[in-house]
Amino acid sequence: MNLHEHQAKALLSEYGIPVPAGKPAFSVREALAVAEELGGDAWVIKAQIHAGGRGKAGGVKTVKGRKALEETADSLLGSRLVTHQTGPAGQPVDRLLIEQPCTIARELYLACLVDRALARVVFLASGVGGMDIEDLTADHPEKLLKAAASPTAGLQAYQCREIAFALGLKDKQITALTRIMLGIFHLFKARDLNLVEINPLVVTAAGELVALDAKIQVDDNALYRQRHLEELYDASQDDPKEHWARKYGLSYIALDGNIGCMVNGAGLAMATMDLIKLHGGMPANFLDVGGGTTADKVAEAFKLIQSDNKVKAILVNIFGGIVRCDLIAEGIIRAVQEAGIRTPVVVRLEGTNVEKGRALLKQSGLSIITADGLTDAARKAVTAAGK
Amino acid sequence: MSILVNKNTRVICQGFTGKQGTFHSEQAIAYGTNLVGGVTPGKGGRTHLGLPVFNTVREAVAATGADATMIYVPAAFAADSILEAAAAGIKVIVCITEGIPVRDMLKVSATLARHDACLIGPNCPGVITPGECKIGIMPGGIHTPGSVGIVSRSGTLTYEAVYQTTREKLGQSTCVGIGGDPVHGLGFVDCLAMFEADPQTRGIVIVGEIGGQDEEDAAAYIKEHVSKPVVAYVAGVTAPKGKRMGHAGAVIAGGMGTAEGKYAVLEGAGVHTVRSPSDIGKRMREVLG
Repeated sequence: MNLHEHQAKALLSEYGIPVPAGKPAFSVREALAVAEELGGDAWVIKAQIHAGGRGKAGGVKTVKGRKALEETADSLLGSRLVTHQTGPAGQPVDRLLIEQPCTIARELYLACLVDRALARVVFLASGVGGMDIEDLTADHPEKLLKAAASPTAGLQAYQCREIAFALGLKDKQITALTRIMLGIFHLFKARDLNLVEINPLVVTAAGELVALDAKIQVDDNALYRQRHLEELYDASQDDPKEHWARKYGLSYIALDGNIGCMVNGAGLAMATMDLIKLHGGMPANFLDVGGGTTADKVAEAFKLIQSDNKVKAILVNIFGGIVRCDLIAEGIIRAVQEAGIRTPVVVRLEGTNVEKGRALLKQSGLSIITADGLTDAARKAVTAAGK
Repeated sequence: MSILVNKNTRVICQGFTGKQGTFHSEQAIAYGTNLVGGVTPGKGGRTHLGLPVFNTVREAVAATGADATMIYVPAAFAADSILEAAAAGIKVIVCITEGIPVRDMLKVSATLARHDACLIGPNCPGVITPGECKIGIMPGGIHTPGSVGIVSRSGTLTYEAVYQTTREKLGQSTCVGIGGDPVHGLGFVDCLAMFEADPQTRGIVIVGEIGGQDEEDAAAYIKEHVSKPVVAYVAGVTAPKGKRMGHAGAVIAGGMGTAEGKYAVLEGAGVHTVRSPSDIGKRMREVLG
């Protein structure tokens, strides 16, 4: 789960990491009130969406005077911001972060995440701030500094100092970076985070270190013990269908194609998408109905796929291990009866109780195209979608 | 021969009396797995499915001589169960549970480094040596004893590979699901080393997916140390960047971990790659002759 920048900065602040003075605003009136409270006559207005690249897309603006603040806040609120990370529809802007501006002398990059191969929490840092980490790892891997925290002793101050000196920081900045890194490390562990990314971490004209932007990702698997973070979830930033799926314990991701997929198992679901592409089609979604699925879940998954107007054919691909094929068949039949059917449905069943499942589908009298094997299923779905 | 488990493996189940534990223990017994008991704290002394229930893994090991465990406890308690098994001296720990927080797995990983135990999973279908020992949630019926070693990050895709190698009359020596989590126990490299050393295994199937660098590590290892033919499929060529594809570990982060990138390094290491998961069995048949 992603947090908004203002939520991330509130958490960082709690752990002693310096952030610019600022507050979120959900309306123009609130924006004016925040500006008043901050004082001065210039402010930075930052659109709060779950995507990067806001600056270039016009989602971050420095304004002078109340009138300019009012106008900019008004134009951003209620709009959809399109950045290189959002896709063509953009993300809705329903809140802003109003901050005091700061003068930037240098931009650095700092991130904390789990290194999967090492099975440790690691820090990445670079003197090239403000860039996408993707470009950074691709173009300047040598400029990326790394420190891995000990699984037992945790992150040590010397590791922070090594990074601080390598970044060319001086005097008080060495201690400042050490405090920031140790603070992030404690936050990361205490709140079950997947990622803390400060890009940029700036050195101000006065020589202070400040987290100018912040991205935090929470481990979804740990939300059961991070209830206060779960409350920060903003459904408006997710595809409505992904949100719907989440409610029913389905794993769904919207894609651009026209063949809806319903599959059990994440790997097989990805493989089904790949197969559709291999045979000249494009998948409309990723959908894993899960291992221990029920007829109810299948019915819900079916409705979810059908709610996507792009979908011209549906491919159901089930290899029954824990999930029995007769259960899947029951779910399909019920969904079709409840929601109606407007597209061809290709079904490939294999595994536990497969004969029962196939028999149920046949007896149902529904016009379902049955497939024999993966390749046959993909071909039939692509053909059906093309008609 | 086989790897990890065989007909002599003495297996217990943690979370034995729960719904999942009960169902899959019944299935394991029906398959012929040498299940010797189970653990549910507070229910020690009872009998379940005709087998003794213990309060702790330590008691179970002392009474039954168990050397493997299958864990079906909820995610919030799974890390504790893994560490309990390791502390009691269990050698093969199979954790099926999905949804364990990464922080818990970091703790498990660091602690297991000090034990002589190997962890399979979590978030995996388990391990099976066909005809001898089934520890996990895979459908037993599709397996046949044979010569192909299978190691996979995905459950249902493992079944595809099994099903195909069975139809090709190759059969399987052992199938290991290493799981879909970012931090897990055994990896491709560990299993490749065991399959290379196992006389029964003639060919190896790797089923990978986007995210992480397990496939890249496997490729480097294969190049140096594996003489047996390896067939590989990598899921997620069509997966968008930055989205977690069902498995917690299946995400292209910072442009790293793409399926195309993994195919390229595997091919560079002489691995026989297939672009369609339905070609795994056929390809293995071709390379084994």
